[in-house]
Amino acid sequence: MDRRDFLGAGAAVVAAGWSGGCARSRATVPPGELLSTGHALGHGLRDGGLPAPGESRKVRVAIVGAGVSGLSAAWRLRRAGFEDFEILELEGRPGGNARSGANDVSPYPWGAHYIPLPTREARATRLLLAELGVLRGDPDDPTPRFDERALCQAPQDRHFRLGTWEEGLVPLAGRTKAETDEWHRFHDRMQAFKAMRGRDGRRAFAIPVDFSSRDPALAALDRVTMREWLLAEGFRSEAVHWLVNYACRDDYGCAHRDVSAWAGIHYFASRDAQARDADPEAVLTWPDGIGFVVRGMVERLGLRATPDALVYRVEEGPREARLGVYLAREKRSVEIRAEHVVWAAPLGFLARAHADPSPGKEAGGEVSLSGLARAWTYAPWLTANLTLSEPPYVHHGAPLSWDNVIVDSDSLGYVVATHQGVATRPGPTVLTWYLPLSGGSPAEGRQRLLSATREQWAGAALADLAKPHPEIGSITKRIDVFANGHAMVRPVPGLIWGEARRNLLARRGRVHLAHADASGISIFEEANDRGVQAAEAVLAALGERGQSVRWAGS
Amino acid sequence: MAAAPGAAVLPPSEVLNRALLASVFVIAACGLVYELIAAAASTYLLGDSITQFSVVIGVYLAAMGVGSWASRHVVSGIVSRFIDIELMIAVVGGFSAALMFLSFAWMGTGFRVVLYGLVVLVGILVGLEIPLVMRILKERLGFRDLVAQVLTFDYLGALAVSIAFPLLLAPRLGLIRTAFLFGILNAVVALWAVWLFRAQLRRPVAAASRCAAVLVALVAGFVSAENLTRLAEDQIYADQIVHAETSRGQRIVLTRWRDDLRLYLNGNLQFSSLDEYRYHEALVHPGLAAAPHARRALVLGGGDGLALREVLRYPQIESVTLVDLDPAITRLFADAPPLRALNADSLNSPKVTVVNADAFVWLEQSRDQFDFVVVDFPDPSNHSLGKLYTASFYAMLKRRLSARGMAVIQSTSPLYARRSFWCVVTTLESVGFEATPYHALVPSFGEWGFIIASNAPYAPPERYPFGLRFVTPEIHPALFRFPKDMARVPAEVNRLNNQALVGYFESEWRRGPSE
Ligand SMILES: Cc1cc2nc3c(=O)[nH]c(=O)nc-3n(C[C@H](O)[C@H](O)[C@H](O)COP(=O)(O)OP(=O)(O)OC[C@H]3O[C@@H](n4cnc5c(N)ncnc54)[C@H](O)[C@@H]3O)c2cc1C
Repeated sequence: MDRRDFLGAGAAVVAAGWSGGCARSRATVPPGELLSTGHALGHGLRDGGLPAPGESRKVRVAIVGAGVSGLSAAWRLRRAGFEDFEILELEGRPGGNARSGANDVSPYPWGAHYIPLPTREARATRLLLAELGVLRGDPDDPTPRFDERALCQAPQDRHFRLGTWEEGLVPLAGRTKAETDEWHRFHDRMQAFKAMRGRDGRRAFAIPVDFSSRDPALAALDRVTMREWLLAEGFRSEAVHWLVNYACRDDYGCAHRDVSAWAGIHYFASRDAQARDADPEAVLTWPDGIGFVVRGMVERLGLRATPDALVYRVEEGPREARLGVYLAREKRSVEIRAEHVVWAAPLGFLARAHADPSPGKEAGGEVSLSGLARAWTYAPWLTANLTLSEPPYVHHGAPLSWDNVIVDSDSLGYVVATHQGVATRPGPTVLTWYLPLSGGSPAEGRQRLLSATREQWAGAALADLAKPHPEIGSITKRIDVFANGHAMVRPVPGLIWGEARRNLLARRGRVHLAHADASGISIFEEANDRGVQAAEAVLAALGERGQSVRWAGS
Repeated sequence: MAAAPGAAVLPPSEVLNRALLASVFVIAACGLVYELIAAAASTYLLGDSITQFSVVIGVYLAAMGVGSWASRHVVSGIVSRFIDIELMIAVVGGFSAALMFLSFAWMGTGFRVVLYGLVVLVGILVGLEIPLVMRILKERLGFRDLVAQVLTFDYLGALAVSIAFPLLLAPRLGLIRTAFLFGILNAVVALWAVWLFRAQLRRPVAAASRCAAVLVALVAGFVSAENLTRLAEDQIYADQIVHAETSRGQRIVLTRWRDDLRLYLNGNLQFSSLDEYRYHEALVHPGLAAAPHARRALVLGGGDGLALREVLRYPQIESVTLVDLDPAITRLFADAPPLRALNADSLNSPKVTVVNADAFVWLEQSRDQFDFVVVDFPDPSNHSLGKLYTASFYAMLKRRLSARGMAVIQSTSPLYARRSFWCVVTTLESVGFEATPYHALVPSFGEWGFIIASNAPYAPPERYPFGLRFVTPEIHPALFRFPKDMARVPAEVNRLNNQALVGYFESEWRRGPSE
């Protein structure tokens, strides 16, 4: 017998023994649930199998969707003293992609988990955060103060590479001088973009996107992919490409070979906010992620939505709009007649629900809503919440941080729900593990997403986390998994500054689009600003004149 | 091995084969378990699981290679060699964990030599044993069968252990007991082999008694594993251990030498009874003696009841709440007679309410007001403890203080960790406190620092309670003067989102006093 075979095989068994994840068979992954969006119900839209409306009732403004944008629209209406509105939400709970959950260990996010320091252009967001007590003092202060408890506690992030954890997200340890230099050149380019203004005097890259410069030289960046741009600019190092690709996967759910260079650069060049007593890189976060803000809007600001209400038909008439609404709890449909509709749900659903396929007069051209909507594609995401009996074991390298990124992985790593807590002794915790299915086309990603079982995804999460944490299998008590087939819009070349979005925004009528889809970038500030913008358009149409809470330029 | 003469007295070959294969299973399991124990013990003692695991496994595999290469030099008496090797593995492997812990206690840095020495030794022996079993079996099985079967049992044994070790053995038995248990299994295999091959062995009785002796030693080790752990700690802690327990992941050790009682938490000295009065008098009296209006007091940390003892010297104090994380500490200091003598039975005073909770979390939920607060937390040596020294924490503390209230904060050494100390001062000031720093010499700690935080400027007390041994009106001014080597240095405000203090503290305690 060949001794070497024996040794080799022995080593493999040993490796399996301590990599935890592999020693456990699939049948033994910890218990948990598989969650998904209410889109299954939403498919009723397509199948048309819903009961016809019985009663008909009236409300002046109907808001479709209780995600960040819908709640923001309601917040803005109420701020103007306008109360005659109803929020209709497909799911049992508000939140949309900022949904969150909780168990006896901790609240935890299912989607959106942080807000960077809000820029001055994101004035609506600053105002909302001030109302929730997160921003202290004047929202227009160039360097406002934030509640210390909302700022991400140190240490904020670390990454796992070459068998150890390093502080921060830039994987530079052990790189050659040429690679490090290239990283600095990239960093300087992004800083230059951050300071840049277009010929129209606006910031080159702003949040919300619509406050950005329309300078054609900059908009041209929206016609190539981020990867192409990097290569054209002579950026070839693995470190730069990894980081940029990571950023695109993190914010847009797709790879830098798919994302437009404008969107890719936007990630690095738009966040120029300052705050008192915090680094510019600081972020706002809570145990349940942006779920905290959603809860604040619902509980503290009292914005209530009608749950389990699917809006499946929209008719825009000359004097009013009529909505077909299926009330899933009561298993019946009603008709809601409203003077205005704030559509705070994905654009694709509007295209399907809208009775009139023509886009409205001002949209110019023959393109129908459903034609326009075809430009919007969505990234599938998987999130897993792992409940641990104790935190991952301490080992050398950077200590457990809020955001823990695994460099050599398809996942984005994990955030720690109890990081914002103040308990001195580390105890049980919840890790939220993020996986954008950005490998192939969105359709392939969705296919992968939906064909695997919870046990398989749980096993994948454990195997991924076993790389830095060999003990993960033995300390994980529960793994809940959320499969979101259409999690966020993909800012591919041409979406942000292309014709389809221009036509969509030019559309006038009784239906006002509020969803983050209208921005082409899915982040909290966009959803919030879109909701506010739609509400202000409604208020204006209703003759309520008041000052906008949005950014008015400096 | 010449089989012919003895063949008639061998047991039926089917039974023998099975027995040998079963022992392959056991051998494989033992081989892997010693490796895992070495890796886990070194992780436990040295930290850094990935490095420890990779290095131990690498060394172990290499040693196995050496062993299997060496096996070709075993030419005669294979069975009795096999039994000897089994016994050696039983002894070395069985005692390995205990040896590692004891050597860590006694030898300090020499520990690595023992660790890798054991890993190499066990590796070589395990490397020897499998080829020997194969050669014993070769005479009974065809080559193809042999390889297949031996490998099967080898894998199964390894698999069983790789699953049982993290789930069952390490958490339930502990490393020391697990090692002894598998040593016993090795010895049983040896004994069994003596029985199976008794006809072939030259001196079966001698072999059997060797096995028995090894078994007795291992069983004794297994039974007294707890004492061995003690023995190791006795050495790590120079003095006699009078109490030791683990509670909520914290190791509590109390030692006594003559009349010096010392408390260690996770190996860090908390107090020595010889000079703790200096620390606790300095902690409590400069503040509390200056707050004659104080009725309601709060002690955060300090589950030993010693600061409490000082607080209770003031008859006007009507109630004290003591919040300490660890029930084992407060129970120990409320129950054990020598400790009750030390803290003047303060924890059992009718004025005192003991709460076992995380101080930050408790303070956040508390709605009570206090006139005097003692903040006596461990030093900010990691991010979790660092939270207890942040602006957020002090802002909350301020809300719990009555208008004329006052708090005192133990704030590490202004000499050894100068910037850390002044960072706490700066942080207290950032939330609107008047911060009045002072210091005292506590021989077992060194020069130690405290800060009084108050809403109104601090005025020294007119008198101190009767019977103090250290703090008196005469030395009071000296406590509040800072010599040049401890004078104020600029420092950042310590916040949850920068944890500046942990950074200062780490670098300063590594470096020692500043110029
Ligand atoms: C995994 C993940 C992580 C993220 N992380 C971050 C982050 O850290 N920071 C950040 O800023 N952003 C993040 N985002 C993006 C952020 O969540 C979104 O930009 C934001 O929540 C979008 O809000 P919205 O209101 O525009 O849309 P949605 O959240 O999509 O809300 C739409 C709502 O409408 C409802 N609805 C849909 N159809 C109908 C119908 N026919 N009738 C009635 N109701 C309907 C839906 O149920 C939903 O509640 C993340 C997103 C995901 C998926």
